[in-house]
Amino acid sequence: MRIVLILLLFLAGCEGVWNDPYGESTRRGMTLYSSFIDRPKHLDPVQSYTEDEAKFTQQVYEPLLQYHYLKRPYELIPLTAVEVPKAREIEGGRFTVYDIRIRPGVMYQPHPAFVEKNLKLDPSQVKSLKSPYQLPLGTRELVADDYIYQIKRLAHPRLHSPIGGHMNEYIVGLPEFGKTLKAADKGGWLDLREFRLEGVERVDSHSFRIKVRGSYPQFVYWLAMPFFAPVPWEAEQFFAQPGMVEKNFTLDWWPVGTGAYMLTENNPNSRMVLERNPNYRGEPYPSQGEPDDAEKGLLADAGKTIPFVDRVVFSREKEGIPYWNKFLQGYYDSSGIGSDQFDQAVRMSIEGETGVTPEMEERGIRLSTSVATSIGYVAFNWDDSVVGGQKGGESAERARKLRQAISIAFDVEEQINIFANGRGIAAQGPVAPGIFGYREGRDGINPVVYDWVDGKPQRKSLEVARKLLAEAGYPNGRDARTGQPLVLYLDTVSRGPGDKAAFDWYRRQFEKLSIQLEIRTTDWNRFQEKIRKGATQLFRLGWNADYPDPENFLFLLYGPQSRAKNQGENASNYRNPEYDALFERMKNMPNSSERQKIIDRMVEIARRDAPWIWGSHGKEYSLRHSWLANDKPNNMARNNIKYLKVDTEKRAALRAAWNKPILWPLGLILLALVASAVPAVVSYRRRERMAARPA
Amino acid sequence: MLAYIIRRMLYAIPILIGVNLITFLLFFVVNTPDDMARMQLGNKRVTPEAIEKWKVDHGYDKPMTTIFYEKSVKLFVFEFGAAEDGRDIANEIATRMWPSLALAVPVFLVGLAVNITFAMFMAFFRATYLDFWGVVMCVAMMSISTLFYIIGGQYVASKVWHLVPISGFDSGLEAAKFLVLPAVIGVVAGIGSGGRWYRTLFLEEMSRDYVRTARAKGLAESAVLFRHVLKNAMIPILTGAVVVIPLLFMGSLLSESFFGIPGLGSYTIDAIQAQDFAVVRSMVFIGSLLYIAGLLLTDLSYTVVDPRIKLE
Repeated sequence: MRIVLILLLFLAGCEGVWNDPYGESTRRGMTLYSSFIDRPKHLDPVQSYTEDEAKFTQQVYEPLLQYHYLKRPYELIPLTAVEVPKAREIEGGRFTVYDIRIRPGVMYQPHPAFVEKNLKLDPSQVKSLKSPYQLPLGTRELVADDYIYQIKRLAHPRLHSPIGGHMNEYIVGLPEFGKTLKAADKGGWLDLREFRLEGVERVDSHSFRIKVRGSYPQFVYWLAMPFFAPVPWEAEQFFAQPGMVEKNFTLDWWPVGTGAYMLTENNPNSRMVLERNPNYRGEPYPSQGEPDDAEKGLLADAGKTIPFVDRVVFSREKEGIPYWNKFLQGYYDSSGIGSDQFDQAVRMSIEGETGVTPEMEERGIRLSTSVATSIGYVAFNWDDSVVGGQKGGESAERARKLRQAISIAFDVEEQINIFANGRGIAAQGPVAPGIFGYREGRDGINPVVYDWVDGKPQRKSLEVARKLLAEAGYPNGRDARTGQPLVLYLDTVSRGPGDKAAFDWYRRQFEKLSIQLEIRTTDWNRFQEKIRKGATQLFRLGWNADYPDPENFLFLLYGPQSRAKNQGENASNYRNPEYDALFERMKNMPNSSERQKIIDRMVEIARRDAPWIWGSHGKEYSLRHSWLANDKPNNMARNNIKYLKVDTEKRAALRAAWNKPILWPLGLILLALVASAVPAVVSYRRRERMAARPA
Repeated sequence: MLAYIIRRMLYAIPILIGVNLITFLLFFVVNTPDDMARMQLGNKRVTPEAIEKWKVDHGYDKPMTTIFYEKSVKLFVFEFGAAEDGRDIANEIATRMWPSLALAVPVFLVGLAVNITFAMFMAFFRATYLDFWGVVMCVAMMSISTLFYIIGGQYVASKVWHLVPISGFDSGLEAAKFLVLPAVIGVVAGIGSGGRWYRTLFLEEMSRDYVRTARAKGLAESAVLFRHVLKNAMIPILTGAVVVIPLLFMGSLLSESFFGIPGLGSYTIDAIQAQDFAVVRSMVFIGSLLYIAGLLLTDLSYTVVDPRIKLE
């Protein structure tokens, strides 16, 4: 008993926060705390493509261009380039040339690759290293050759760039360059400086030129992605030394860039740490934005030099519950909202306005929302004999009416409310909000599915859908010729028993028209295979924009992009000659009223043909603590950390207030254990004193 | 004894080949090399040429038998190669093994001690209300899902009482504060099934003649239990305990995942989700090797606790 009391007194004497998951070393300066779910697969800018990876690569690597942090619609601005390059057509439009000039004086982060003697390390030296940063560090100025080197890496025989195939179609000489490299590759470091790439030419130390086949106005958007970030040749040579791969020291895991941050701790199983790049030149915080940005405090730091944050600690959180609780305890500065936490975090007023719950408000937590530049949809396979549009004539007309009827009956608004907590807006066509070509209000509704009533879109009645269904030859959901019920098949990926409610809801949408829906679930691989082979009827799919241009959405319905025929991105295999011809014209045009007109016509064709049930554009909700400033959602880029600011004193004070250890339950548990042992001890002593055991 | 050990090690070779073959076939039925390439390259803008290039670079463009041979033989000399993301598997295993052990060893040792103590307590007070409520408690505890213990433990100890971090990990002594809660939960979650199992063993031993003889000669009940019953119950205890010792390296999937411990437990499941055959193959190989080693160790331990047993 005395021990218990001493222990309790000892514990009571301990002050401070006990459940802080971070060590003392991370608390120096201004540190931002964030998380990641899946370990990044690649941090090499030529191979990395996912958002999980972009949150690291885009802080380290600097492509030529970036998106304005505050302005919407998204606007490209120079990053290391002096200006956004203008396309210049040559040889009568056969080629387009981009002349690019980069800023002088941009320096690389400190890195051992820039110290000459580190390029000839002894394997035993490598073996003893725990981090490449244990070696002497150096730097050098960014030059045009570094961009050229990276563009050449798109064709590297041992690197697998997701856009390599796509760029082969545009950058002049890239496919041939790939073949040359393949022939020259003998393993080890392949010095790409020794091979000439026709379409990329060095002008001087800070200028170069890219030659693109035909006209491809969207090419500039690629220049804002890490695929076109500079890679110094020294880094490749450094990491190609014997023993490096075995220690996981590769360019794929230790990025070398000119950005605001450098990756100093790389443990993708647990923790990744970015620290301020001491050689970073600094950048002024933007002084312009959207009209309400000033009111939201997003312009308070206008003109100040960024970055503000010294260090970013990313902890791996695979499970939602610990992640959410740590955010509430103040150990993460911002958080997304999972379905399980939605009701705890967000309340909706009767008028439909969203805000945080009183519990969140009490903690000073704020909510940001933004509509994602993405679309989720249900596609009809154009090659299918029942719902497709291939046959032509009367048959095609019947299938079109069937698709339109289903599109009306499929209540997307209800789906958003039930399965996404209202986080989304119903899509009216293929183009997402915030993208040129998207129309708001009355002009933007899909007249096949909606009417404009009382200043808002209203889904057409089921009567209209049933009439269309009858005209399609399926009165009351039965084939007028055979009398057989209409049975349709939806292919989808199953993620477990939790999907049952969604599948039941899908069936109910079709039952409204007395159509039987069979849901065929499978794994992701088989699902993709079915789509590739065109062995589907209906299926669920989605698309996230690569860049903010309507071409990046409208090409999803472009005939030559057919998945079944050409392995393209048109998964529904939709084909309409007029749409395809308009797409050809639209894709190479700058944004203008003429381009808008063409897009309007294309969207009109697509709405009428209804190759998709248009589905929804997701709405992203994120929460941030009161000590985090300058946080604005950006769907196009992830290089936002350099703009963020943390009030570390406020955070420390609130964390301490929210996480005071409660000790009395420990004492109670100890007392309970001691108390529960008493009867046993008494009973034991009694039995030991007994003369003999009872029979 | 040595001949026995060598013979058992030789038996292991066909078993390991068989396990490898089954893993290979199962994996390739679900994930073709094309699927693996698509998973690694992403799902956007992947051209057939890019898929072919990936397959050639990773050696998946050859006939299945060649792939099996090339990928499997090296495992027998512990050359695991690189994961599909380029990271060296041996290095990963060597790094992730320690966090797994840091959690699994205390849970195993403390759990074993607690379970045996609790079981002996119930056996000592057999047929009394203490035994009855002990068994009721065991049944109740073993009926509760491990996930409940984890989520409940995190909620109470970290969210409500603020005593330990909910999740995370650090190196050195700093790791202790992250391991306390998962270790306590691991031990508590095992008391139900462990306590009942050992109680059954002890009760069976206690019905034997030598126990009656010990009591008849006037030994205290504690001496009967600890000096005689425990010793004679060692063989079934060892059967259950020694076989899992090598598998402690493999870690705990659920605990590591919820507590953010970067061990080997989640390494395999991450690899399955990422369709990383190189890692799956290596982890299954190591798992089967450790299991075989565990069985061998169990047999050897019999000779230690029971001199009558001879391995020939």
